This record gives sequence, structure tokens and C-alpha cells, in this order.
Amino acid sequence: MFQVRIHGRGGQGVVTAAEMLSVAAFLDGHRSQAFPSFGSERTGAPVVSFCRISDEEIRTREPVLAPDALIIQDSTLLHQVDLFSGLGPDAYVLVNTSRSFDDLGLGEFPKQFRHDRLLTVPATELALAHTGRPVPNAVLLGGFAAISDVVSIDAVARAIEERFRGPVAVANIAAAAEAYRIVREEEKELARAQAD
Amino acid sequence: MLRQIEGSRAVAETVALCRPEVVCAYPISPQTHIIEAIGVLVRTGDLSPCEFINVESEFAAMSVSIGASATGARSYTATASQGLLFMIEAVYNAAGLGLPVVMTLANRAIGAPINIWNDHSDAMAVRDSGWIQLFAETNQEAADLHIQAFRLAEELSLPVMVCMDGFILTHAIEQVDLPTQAQVDAFLPPYEPRQVLDPEDPVSIGAMVGPEAFEEVRYLAHLRQIQALESIPAIAQDFSRQFGRESGGLLHRYRCEDAETIVVALGSVLGTIKDVIDELRDEGIRIGVVGITSFRPFPGDAVREALQSADRVIVVEKAFSVGFGGVLSTDVAMSLTGLTVGVSTIVAGLGGRPITGASLRVQFEAASRGDMDQLVFLDLDHALIEQELARRSTVRRSGPTAENVLRDVGAVSSGPI
Amino acid sequence: MTDTTDRSDTAELESKLAEATSAPVKFYQVGSFAVGNRLVDPSRRTVQSDLERTNSLDSGHRACQGCGEALGARYALDAAMRATDGKLIAVNATGCLEVFSTPYPETSWRVPWLHSLFGNAPSVATGVAAALRVKGRSDVRVVSQAGDGGTVDIGFGSLSGMFERNDDVLFICYDNEAYMNTGVQRSGATPPAARTATTEAVGQRPGAPFGQGKNLPLLAMAHEIPYVATATVADLHDLEAKVERAMTFRGARYLHLFVPCPLGWGAASSDTIRLARLAKESGLFPVFEAEHGVVTAASKIRRQVPVEDYLRPQGRYRHLFDRENPDGPPALPEVVAQLQAIADRNIARFGLLEDVPAEVR
Repeated sequence: MFQVRIHGRGGQGVVTAAEMLSVAAFLDGHRSQAFPSFGSERTGAPVVSFCRISDEEIRTREPVLAPDALIIQDSTLLHQVDLFSGLGPDAYVLVNTSRSFDDLGLGEFPKQFRHDRLLTVPATELALAHTGRPVPNAVLLGGFAAISDVVSIDAVARAIEERFRGPVAVANIAAAAEAYRIVREEEKELARAQAD
Repeated sequence: MLRQIEGSRAVAETVALCRPEVVCAYPISPQTHIIEAIGVLVRTGDLSPCEFINVESEFAAMSVSIGASATGARSYTATASQGLLFMIEAVYNAAGLGLPVVMTLANRAIGAPINIWNDHSDAMAVRDSGWIQLFAETNQEAADLHIQAFRLAEELSLPVMVCMDGFILTHAIEQVDLPTQAQVDAFLPPYEPRQVLDPEDPVSIGAMVGPEAFEEVRYLAHLRQIQALESIPAIAQDFSRQFGRESGGLLHRYRCEDAETIVVALGSVLGTIKDVIDELRDEGIRIGVVGITSFRPFPGDAVREALQSADRVIVVEKAFSVGFGGVLSTDVAMSLTGLTVGVSTIVAGLGGRPITGASLRVQFEAASRGDMDQLVFLDLDHALIEQELARRSTVRRSGPTAENVLRDVGAVSSGPI
Repeated sequence: MTDTTDRSDTAELESKLAEATSAPVKFYQVGSFAVGNRLVDPSRRTVQSDLERTNSLDSGHRACQGCGEALGARYALDAAMRATDGKLIAVNATGCLEVFSTPYPETSWRVPWLHSLFGNAPSVATGVAAALRVKGRSDVRVVSQAGDGGTVDIGFGSLSGMFERNDDVLFICYDNEAYMNTGVQRSGATPPAARTATTEAVGQRPGAPFGQGKNLPLLAMAHEIPYVATATVADLHDLEAKVERAMTFRGARYLHLFVPCPLGWGAASSDTIRLARLAKESGLFPVFEAEHGVVTAASKIRRQVPVEDYLRPQGRYRHLFDRENPDGPPALPEVVAQLQAIADRNIARFGLLEDVPAEVR
């Protein structure tokens, strides 16, 4: 079972992100479960959503306490909320930011994780460029598809199409595809750097 | 057809396939997505003929359902928590009149303090109303139970509520196999009422009954629930034949065959419990779980049979009898009268507090060593309790409890969604 | 007598006869089978005078002697049955009518009838109407009925919801101005100064307070529903005509029916119709019709009486008069004057006297 936890603020589509991710997993032929943290939601407040992906029946209903991957939709949360709680050493972390992971001001903290699994993508900028709105959720899923190979970019595209209509879907898919390329590129860079 | 959808959506589409003729809509978290989705289906003509009525309160929702059902229409509504209490007079009335209304109860805690998240206190509040109460473990079962509910209600002339955990199931997106209209039509014939308001054949429904006949009328209601103990498994079996999967019935057993410790629970927490059972079994602990689907009528004989060989029973429940202990526990203990099986209670998940496998595991391990308390409140923050008790003992005007505790926690209530 | 005289006498007689039979004849309301009905054109006779009428509320029920509500319910439902050609379903709130009409194991209802709860008669009727509609049986009509308690107080939310949705229901309130079945307690329809068990005639201000109470007909009009009317059991023709008129509309309709309660009011059981008439003739109970929030007609007071004439025969107003000399001047003349002012206000507001134009539109 692969467990994802998505952090963001109310209004950024954190809940929709988990939903689309679960639909993408379903389209890829997996079992999947997505749900929000059920905290009081209002625009701007920290919001958490969860997604589990497996090829077995998913029975548990508890929140994702030991995520295999973290998607952080809003980097201003980094120093405010304990986002990294329960993260294992082999976890993936994808942060929505135009800075590199090392420039996030996390100090020594990231050293306990695998460096080639800590990635960033400027999802808000991509969203603005493609859709005109600063909503990064679908874009980040494109990045996520690159990171983990848990869902395919094709399935992500189809999930976006199911959720949105017409030009909004097309724009989001394009943005997600670009995020996918950027993250793939970033991964190659990190692999090369490690090899050196 | 397999769909990856929100639980509320799965229920809405399934209910629509059951061809309800009158649907009453009044919003309350967390059921609102259900009736909203049904409303759209009525507007687009996907569900037709159907009268979709936006009522002014939950009391009206059940009352309109009563009028419609008495006139021979298949009637449906949904509510939760405070809404259920607001309509409680009508809930008892529907059962007493023998009207086969079907209602979704999206289980939510009852205030004060106001809380929109899941627990079972609402279902417990009406357990003696005469309604049949079925609890769904997954969204698949939630959808399936609605189909069975309409048939069960109409066969017995009794109202049926399908309980599904608010947010945990209603707002979870997971895979559900939704049937076709043809499949549902084959399983669920049109409603043929036992009593109906008809100018061609006038009857008076709802007469006053005094001491000379009240006991008999109530006993007949009792007999209907007992009959339901037969009907529920029969309908579940027929469902299995026609739809190709197991759903419903009185209870489910998981790894109970040689279990020394058996856990009992209702609803979605069973999923988390099963994972813990598997972990403990891998370590050689002989433990299993019974999931009760039919909470009312309470399947006492089936529960006794399922638990009698165990040394101890742990009831995990999302409600409690204030000042006393468990609610489900009491029913379970009653079913085991005369046996030496010990029953203890874990109260968990109140007001939507997540129930973690890790916390359950600690309790189950302790229990299997004979080391668990009789009544446990899972993950209770004792420090918070001590603080409030100390506050009360020092000053008379200690203030509202909820606000005090929240301030101690350091959280601020943002209000309901 | 000569031939000529005979012929002219006959002609004169014939002419007079022709005049007599073609001129409209006004009769006072004397009751169902009295002279007023037998001599009027069959088309103008009351439903009650028809031997073929449905006896919707059959005899054998347990109402008190002189019960205004039993009378009003039979009048109203029989009229509704005729207007709908017998295709009617009745919903009833808890209250006197429900209790005395269905003493287990009997029922006096000859129409399909449903009693659910105290406060939900309007909602239940909404459900009945919805079921009929979905089954393609909108030819069957729905009447919902309750006392003043079940309409004005505990049923008000439910009623307002039914009005606001414009559900196809005729709601009839039988207003005897208190919760009678439970022992005469004050309701939102209890008039000022009236004694009830929770507004006893003791203390500085005996009886119900001034400045409280709801005017349900006006509230119904505020919802702008198709038809609102008030009526009393003293005017059978008027009541039946209003029920039949109500049935020509689709949507939410409201009939507020004034029904004296001898037991609760401390009045003689033979005074029910007389008191209803006095309530109207004093101006305390305006009789009118409205459509979509606008008054369309008001029944003029035929011979105005001072409110005292209405108050004196009722035990619930006894404290306004002198115990030693009940026929003498009032013991609380200022209270009587306040009640007179209410009557005068109604007269002005609805234009209840011939020469007084209505204020309210």
C-alpha cells in the first residue's frame, strides 16, 4: 500500500487533489481511497487530505500517519505545521515552490531523507501560466506521477478531465504535463549529482 | 459498473435507482451531498417521476415522508445528529404507524458541544423507536444496504435507516460497484402498501389507542422486528444471488474460528480493526472481530453464537451511556447472559477523533493478556481532564467547559462547515 | 263578481305572483333544514341541506354538546367533498377533533383520514399532495386541519413551510382560541382578557395579556398564497361557499374558522352559533377573503353590537363583569373599552360597516 498525504490551505483544492489522485490510481487499475482530514475548513486555514493506493482491498480508515509521499501545496506551511510527522526515511516529498529544496530553509532536517526523493516544482506559476488561476493541485499531481511511478501521467490527465470541463481541463492537463517533465528532469539531475 | 466516487454520490445514485417517488431535502452536514445529488438527478429527469421537496426543517422532512408514504408513495430522506433529534417525534410516529420510509443516517455526534464529525450517538438516540437500523462498513455496503432497505421496509411495513459514518464514509472516495436500473428493478418491485389513503376505500390512520389495546399494538410492532431477524438475512441472500456479492445480513465474522478474544463493532471502524486483527494474528494472538450490520433488530441469538466460544469480548463503540458505560456493550452483554464470556468496552472515535490501528493494537494486546480495563476511553488526554477538574474545584464560576478545554488544547474552533 | 273584475283581479294576481317568484328573497340564516333552504333555488341550497351529502364526520363521535369544531368540521369537509366530487384526503393534527372523532376502536370519518402528530399537519398534507401528484392523481385533493394550537403555535413552522412552497393543500384552522383538549390553556390565538388555565382571571391583570397573539389570517396573507378566508359556524352558506371557492384554486389555501367552545369558554352549549354571530357582528372577528395577499371581499356587519353583548354570555370573560350584578355595568370597564377598541380597529381596517371603507388592501 502506498500512502500519500497532501498539505495545503483551504481554497487550494487540497481535497480535490486527493480525489483526483485516487481516480488516477483507479484508472490505472488500482484500488484507492481518498478523504480529507475533516478539520474545520475555511479559506486560508491549513488543510490535510489523504490518499491510499494499493492492489489489495483497502480497509483501514485512520488518517495517513506514515506517509510514503508528501505533497505540499503551500510552502508557507513548512515552518508552521508539522508537515513531516510520520515520514519514513525513504519517503518522497514534493513541494510547490519555485525554489530548490535546499533553499527552503529547512536546515539539517532533510538530511534524514533520501535526497533524490525530495523534489520541488513551481506548480502555482505553472498553473497561472496555463490556466490563469493560481490553483496548483492538478499540476502537482503531474509532478507526483513523475516522482513515484505510482500513477501514470496518462491516468492523471484522464482524472483531471473527469473532474474539470473543457478548456479548464485542457489547461490543467498541459500544466500537469509540464510539471511531470520538470520533475523528471530534476530527478535525473539529482541522480547525476549523486553519481558524482 | 465500477466507479471511483464519493460515498454520498454512490448512495445518491443507488437510491435513485430504487425509484423513490417522494424525496425530502433538508441540509445538514454530512449528508447534504446525498440529497443534493438526488436533486440534480430529479431535475435532469434521470430520476422520474419523483417529487423533490425542499422542506423547512427535519421535522418537516420526516412528516412529509409520513404523508407521502401513507398515500402509497415510496419515500426517502436523509439526516444526521441534530436533524435526527429535531425530527424524533416524527421518527417514532413513522415506526408506530408502520410506514416503510427509508432514511440515510450519516452518523454524526450529538451536541452540546456542537460537533459535526462522526460518532454513533445519533443512531443510539433512536434505537428503541421501532426503526430497523443497518450499519454499513464500507461505501459499497452503504449503497447495497439502501437497495435492501427499500425491499425490507416494504415487506415488513416498517421504516429502515441505513447508517453510514459521516465524513469517514460519506466523504471518502473509493471504488463502488453500482448496479444497473434493470438489476435494481428485478430485485425491488413497486411499492404495494398494506394501508393507504384512498378515496375509493377510506380508512382512518393514526387513531388514539388507550390502555385497553396499546400493549397489543406495541407487541405487534415487536413481532415485526423479530420477523425482520428472518427477513434481513433472506434479503441479503437474495441480494447476493442477484448482484454477486455479500452485503448486509445480520453480522459478519472475521477470523473468529478459534479466537480467544473477539472484538465487536459497528460501521467503518471495522476496516481499521481488521488490519489490526491481521497483525496480531501474524504474531500468534488468537483474535477475531464480529461486525454487526443489523443493530436493530439486535441479533441476540446470532451474536451469542458468534461469541460464546471466546474467553473475552471487547466492544469498540462510538457512543456511550453517560455515567455508565457502553451502549452496544450492554446489548452484547445481554446476549451473553449465563455465559462466562467477559465483556469490556472501548469507547473511541467520539466526535470524529481518529481511531488509529496503533492505539487499538495496544488495547487488544492488553486485553488478550487479561490486562485491559473494563471501560476504556481510547486516547483520552488525562492532562486536559485534570486541568478542567482543578479549575472547577478552585472557583465556582469556572466557565463553559468546552471553551476551557479548547483553550487548554490551544486550538480555536472554526465553526461548522 | 263580474267577468271583467275576475280577469283584472287574476291579471293583477298573476303579475304579483310573477314579481314575487322572480324577485330575490333574502332569508336569515336559521340552520340547515330551516325555511331558508327549502324555499331557495336548489342550486343555492347548502350542502348540509342535501340528503345525499357525504356525512364526512359521521355521528357517534364524542364531542361535547354544542361543540363548534365538530359543527365546523362537518360543514367544511362535506362542502369540500362536494366540491371535489368525493375525491378528498384529510390530514388532522392532534387535538379535540382528532381525539373525539377517533376513540379506539371507532372512527367517525367517512373520508380517508390521517393523523400523525400535533405540529406537523401541514407537512404531512404536503406529503400526501406530493404522493398524489407523483402518481398522477392530482384530481384527488387534500385538506389539512388543526385547532388554533396546532396552527398558530406548534404547527406554525410547518404551516409557513407549506405556504411558502405553495403546496396544493387547503389548510383549515378551527379556532376556539385555546388548547382545549388539554384543559383550556392559552395559545397564540387566545384573545386579550380571556381566562384560560394558564392566564387565570386573578391578580392585577386577570386573563390573557393585551399586546400578544398572532393574527393567522394576516400572516397567511403575508405569504401571498392564492386564497385566504375567515368564516364562522354562524353563516353556513358563507362557509360552504368559501370552501368551494378555495377548491377552485391550486396551491396553498387557508381557511380560518371561528368555532366557539362551550366548555372552554364557559358558555351555554346552545349559544355556539349565537356567539359566533356576535363575534362577527361586534367586529371582533372580521369575516373576509383575500387572494395573493390582498383583501378581495369583507362581510359587512348587518347589525353592529357592542362587544359587551358578545362577552357577557361567556364565563371566560366573567371577571370583566360584576359577580353580584352580572347584567349590570362592567366591573372592569377599561378592559371592555380596550376590547371595544380592538373591534373598532377591525371595523376600520376591513371596512366592516356599510358606510366605512376598508383601510387594508
